Amino acid sequence: MTITTQPPAPRTTARRRRVARFSPRDVAVIGLLLGIPVLLDVALIWGPTLASVALSFTSWNGVTDIEPIGLDNYRNIVSNYPPFWPAVRHNLIWLLFLGVVATPLGLFFAVLLDKQIRFSRFYQTALYLPVVLSLAVIGFIAQLLYSRDYGAVNAALGRTDNPIDWIGDPSINLWSVLVLVGWRHVGYVMLLYLAGLKAVDPALKEAAAIDGANEPQTFFRVVFPVLRPVNILVLVITVIEALRAFDVVYAINRGRNGLELLSVLITDNIIGEASRIGFGSAIAVILLLISLGFIVTYLVQVFREERA
Amino acid sequence: MITPHHPTRRTVLRGAALGATALAVPALPAALAGCEKPDSGGGSGDGGGTVTFGSNYSDEVPKKALADVLAKSGQDVRVNTVDHNTFQENINRYLQATPDDVFTWFAGYRMQFFAAQGFATDISDVWSEIGGDFSEAMKAASTGEDGKQYFVPFYYYPWAVFYRKSVFESKGYQVPTTWDEYKALAAKMKADGLTPIALGNKDGWPAMGTFDYINMRLNGYDFHVNLMAGKESWEDPKVKQVFTLWQEILPYCQTGANGRTWQEAAQSLAAKQTGMYLLGMFVGQQFSGADAEDLDYFPFPQIAEEHGQDSVEAPIDGFMISAKAKNVDGAKRLLKYLASAEAQNLYLKSDPNNVATNNKADTSGYNALQKKAAELVGGAKHISQFLDRDTRPDFASTVMIPSLQTFLTNPKDVDGLVKQIEGQKKTIFTS
Repeated sequence: MTITTQPPAPRTTARRRRVARFSPRDVAVIGLLLGIPVLLDVALIWGPTLASVALSFTSWNGVTDIEPIGLDNYRNIVSNYPPFWPAVRHNLIWLLFLGVVATPLGLFFAVLLDKQIRFSRFYQTALYLPVVLSLAVIGFIAQLLYSRDYGAVNAALGRTDNPIDWIGDPSINLWSVLVLVGWRHVGYVMLLYLAGLKAVDPALKEAAAIDGANEPQTFFRVVFPVLRPVNILVLVITVIEALRAFDVVYAINRGRNGLELLSVLITDNIIGEASRIGFGSAIAVILLLISLGFIVTYLVQVFREERA
Repeated sequence: MITPHHPTRRTVLRGAALGATALAVPALPAALAGCEKPDSGGGSGDGGGTVTFGSNYSDEVPKKALADVLAKSGQDVRVNTVDHNTFQENINRYLQATPDDVFTWFAGYRMQFFAAQGFATDISDVWSEIGGDFSEAMKAASTGEDGKQYFVPFYYYPWAVFYRKSVFESKGYQVPTTWDEYKALAAKMKADGLTPIALGNKDGWPAMGTFDYINMRLNGYDFHVNLMAGKESWEDPKVKQVFTLWQEILPYCQTGANGRTWQEAAQSLAAKQTGMYLLGMFVGQQFSGADAEDLDYFPFPQIAEEHGQDSVEAPIDGFMISAKAKNVDGAKRLLKYLASAEAQNLYLKSDPNNVATNNKADTSGYNALQKKAAELVGGAKHISQFLDRDTRPDFASTVMIPSLQTFLTNPKDVDGLVKQIEGQKKTIFTS
């Protein structure tokens, strides 16, 4: 039996054939279906974003005239607004906590549960259940658990005479909240990694075992690199969750007294009775710049690999 | 061979598009019609028709009391109740979008601020009819910066130091009238195992009452009003002295105040765990039955002899007509009714934690606390409205709330605190 190989078709012919498959009507439909979301995106997201950037250089209370004031808002935010630097710190702590503690824990649980131990379905459900709760509900739960005089945690610890003020004490309340947020994040990450691990080809693990690798080596050298798409997804989700954190702290105490976050500062200044729209927009632009920092780094990485 | 006819992707999309348009065509006019507010027939004509009413009376007791009053108004009133704190926070957007004809609000600078921006209808004509029933101070609190009236007062409640009579009797405490007596009483309470002063500042505004009173007692009403209007410097030694005095009583206050709501602090007073509580008369909402009978108060003690106890913090709640009101005549008729003694008395029957603003209101039905409050405010030389109503809302919410919470957490650094407040105040009051 002879093995015949066909010469690869010349690339130009293939491309021409691919284009010819789209009829004009197909192009119109695709144009419409892509065009409408893009239009909505520009109108509802990028338009207001650019408007916010423009407003950040003005002083406006929403009713009277818009007065341009240059960089005054930014100068005031950085030097004359006490909640600002704590808010930046808290956002970064939030990011580090989710990235360094909650996400690896989620990965760890996923690896454990992937081993098909007994009751793994039960563990999966139990760990995933907090994800079903909205963050505002988690804020309410935090108040019930952590209330200084009437909370469950102080009662369980037996500290009724000298209770720890989990929520009112600004040096520890961020950590109290992060524990609950991490509790939710772990389930979310665990589920993503479980799905990713199930897609890993078992032949790879067998090959590693044949080559004499032990468990950790198999995992870190073979499985983890293959999980690359899931890693990227989890990284993006973690950064998004950290920068957009708002619901939990707002539900607990409106984001004050140790629970300041940039998102809360923005809403306090723009949406509340205060209506310092220029000032709030400037804080929003700062948050945008921080987010863009992460996004641009990520995109540069992705494009660099595509080119390589 | 019969090939089964599978719908192609195109036919499915075509079918879906046709189906959606078929559903949308009749639904669209209905939706558009629903968007328009129902024409109230009254327009600017007869003063009849429905009057819409935006209310922040969200707690049970005031909500029911207000409903009772509106039911007897003789007009068709549609009430739109929003959570109390949420209503205040959204007021800017509310007034700019589609506000109700009449809405609940507060007297003082906070009212003048929104009137000056053109959000309220001038009701000086209503005042020309009802003005005789109100004191000069009430009229002044209802007047905007341009000299016209925009507000109709409904009730007020004083801020004072509340305590339980039974606790004071059993432990032999005397009501203090000076600052030194106040501190001595607090020390005695502490020795007896009580937490002397209750404090719940999670919402950020309760601590403002303490600041206001210490400032008015120490530096006088005029200095306080000017400070609130941004005319005095927060780095003035007079202001630093206020914080220094506050530091003297902090050891006697409940710790962890920033994590405790005012309701929880009131419950600690009811449970006899704390001895005294500086709050508005609405603290009575947290007391029921026999406990409510046991509640009493004394005015905040004197600090400087020249000012004595001449000022009272008594916020006035009332109503305004929005600039975009659809039924202005109906709204004005409703305000005249609400300003009347009978409407106010009817309200107070169900919510006795306030005092009527109308001079002709029947005070015979008042309980002991209300009578005392009416005398206290009636005899006061100056009435203040509370920090967050006496100053610009953006200054009160974005600067004072975090600053006072910072003070309670870290009371030692007064110089740094007032420097920050002054710096922020300069940027806000110039804008």
